[in-house]
Amino acid sequence: MYPIVKKRELNPTVTLMEVSAPFVAKKAEPGQFIILRVDEAGERIPLTVADFDREKGTVTIIFQIVGGTTERLNHLNEGDGIHDFVGPLGEPSHTEGLKKVAVIGGGVGCAIAYPVAKKLHGQGAEVHSVVGFRNKDLVILEEEFRAVSDVYKLMTDDGSKGEKGLVTDALKALIEAGNAYDEVIAIGPVVMMKFVSLLTKQYGIKTVVSMNPIMIDGTGMCGCCRLSVGGKMKFACVDGPDFDGHEVDYDEILKRASTYKEFEAREREAACNLFKKEVK
Amino acid sequence: MPNMSLQKHEMPSQAPDVRNKNFYEVTLGYTAETAIDEAKRCLNCKNKPCMGGCPVRIHIPEFIAKVAEGEFEEAYHIIQQTSSLPAVCGRVCPQETQCEQKCVRGIKGEPVAIGRLERFVADWHNANSCDLPVKAEPNGHKVAVVGSGPAGLTCAGDLAKRGYEVTVFEALHLAGGVLVYGIPEFRLPKLIVQKEIDNLIALGVKVETNMVIGRVLSIDELMGEYGFEAVFIGSGAGLPRFMNIPGENLKSVFSANEFLTRVNLMKAYKENSRTPVFHAQKVAVVGGGNVAMDAARCAKRLGAEEVSIVYRRSEAELPARAEEVEHAKEEGIVFRFLTNPTAILEGENGLVSGMTCIRMELGEPDASGRRRPVEVPGSEFTIDCDAVIMALGTSPNPLIKNTTKGLDTQRWGGIIADERGQTSRPGVFAGGDAVTGAATVILAMGAGKTAAESIDAYIRSKHQ
Repeated sequence: MYPIVKKRELNPTVTLMEVSAPFVAKKAEPGQFIILRVDEAGERIPLTVADFDREKGTVTIIFQIVGGTTERLNHLNEGDGIHDFVGPLGEPSHTEGLKKVAVIGGGVGCAIAYPVAKKLHGQGAEVHSVVGFRNKDLVILEEEFRAVSDVYKLMTDDGSKGEKGLVTDALKALIEAGNAYDEVIAIGPVVMMKFVSLLTKQYGIKTVVSMNPIMIDGTGMCGCCRLSVGGKMKFACVDGPDFDGHEVDYDEILKRASTYKEFEAREREAACNLFKKEVK
Repeated sequence: MPNMSLQKHEMPSQAPDVRNKNFYEVTLGYTAETAIDEAKRCLNCKNKPCMGGCPVRIHIPEFIAKVAEGEFEEAYHIIQQTSSLPAVCGRVCPQETQCEQKCVRGIKGEPVAIGRLERFVADWHNANSCDLPVKAEPNGHKVAVVGSGPAGLTCAGDLAKRGYEVTVFEALHLAGGVLVYGIPEFRLPKLIVQKEIDNLIALGVKVETNMVIGRVLSIDELMGEYGFEAVFIGSGAGLPRFMNIPGENLKSVFSANEFLTRVNLMKAYKENSRTPVFHAQKVAVVGGGNVAMDAARCAKRLGAEEVSIVYRRSEAELPARAEEVEHAKEEGIVFRFLTNPTAILEGENGLVSGMTCIRMELGEPDASGRRRPVEVPGSEFTIDCDAVIMALGTSPNPLIKNTTKGLDTQRWGGIIADERGQTSRPGVFAGGDAVTGAATVILAMGAGKTAAESIDAYIRSKHQ
């Protein structure tokens, strides 16, 4: 069992948990992920490491309640235990030598983008963060981002907070204003990463995206997380999760992500019924 | 007086059209009477050719003699001297190419059913004996074992019996490796695997799950700050191979590893499992090994109307155990021999709608000694299917290779170890699929056993 030492609701659909997992905390780096099982009958799901504290031996995860497993996970509280928690998995994000970087976060993807921005800031890089949400109620990690960013642009689809528009609008404006980035790091919905990459390709700016496909073992055994990068088969769990944004086949990823959609909807409903919640 | 029947006793089994709809064990095992009668077919040859065919060198004639006398527990103790996992081997070893192939009775008639007798003895012990294995006197030396599959468990068991303090590190949430994620319940019930692991724990072996060596701890850390004097790497098969043909990333194309892990480890065949599995109507499984047979038979049990094995050579070259092929045929699996896929076709919603194949014919023998399949020009045709499972073997997991300096590997990624299991790093030993590439449970066990001997010799030599 891996005890939950802290739980915080970031918005009605996104929760932060700090989990005691000393071995994982000791080695975790930004960009890596963990796999957990909520209970003994649970499925294995990957979640990216949002933060870690090597001294306290804790790892922070931030998750959106999207299916049965995240619903069940969200039902656990401080003091409860997560049955299995394995990691760190995947290759850490490469930040060495970067001097000026635009970090783009979309929705709950900001949870993954934040530790990368923090690391870049910590090594003295100039960090321009562009984050996007559907509306003001869904904004997360604003203070955290501001603390590690030289420029912070908040975009909402409906303009209820920050500027109205997409992250690509803000990124384009920053580039057009003369900012020369060594690299753009984009983490969020697949569609967002696709359009950020299309934009940066026009300007010839190296772009790294973080993939979060369906996984089972996460250690390089099942091959479920495969994707096409530059026409070659890659495995997100051992080759990634970070990949060259200009080489990734996003349309294929979008299709593959929907493989178990119906099953997931049923599971979500079952979990909600279990907790007597309204199915949203 | 030996039993001179030319045939071995039939294995009682669930009827094919019953078992292909459930996940219970296919074969039911001999009764005590049948086992005694079968044991009497053994001639107790002086030169014991059967033992020469066993990778872990079980004292076969001796244990069979005890079965013939009805002394089943004694028979078990004889097997246990050399094998850590008798109930497993009796079920999954390819006996027909090992011990039974060398059996003198096989020259005229069928060999003695050594595998079935081994299974009988192990099952009898598990059902009737409460004796826990006796812990050896601790010798004060610590050894780490990476991976809890057949190689790791065997190595751990043999070292524990010699008094070593052994810790097994497993990446998944459950110990057993391929025995739990790969081989299906109907061929190897998971309770049996658990029982064998419990036996090892009773011997003093520690099992740490959720520990991905190469990520959470490196080999160097195990041998440094954690104080392990030697490490055995039995990390098993790695990334699945694909064919590099169009359509392999369609939604209903799976590696056998993925499909089997969902079904076996995650129990996706059960109603209450929270892990999804794709229920297809017409499944094509590409490959001819045991893993292909397992995947095909699982797909059938999940309710597929038609399941076919697509194999580029002919029946004679199938690498799977003869019994698995026979069972698969009985269960209604269709075999398409001399057939090789060229493209997987996309239908609605990113799902598979069919697979284009080309006919093959056998040419000259290749490096493996098997006749090489060559395409018959212009013979393309399409198989109607809505899911494809690729069972083409695996390439070794890169994690340990990439994080262990001075550990030499083959160009294809396998860890280089000599016949004693010694790698290029002192104190680091390896065996099983991590060294050989995809092979069998018993070969992995043999490698684990040899490595345990080498580790023992290595640690002794250091302390002389």
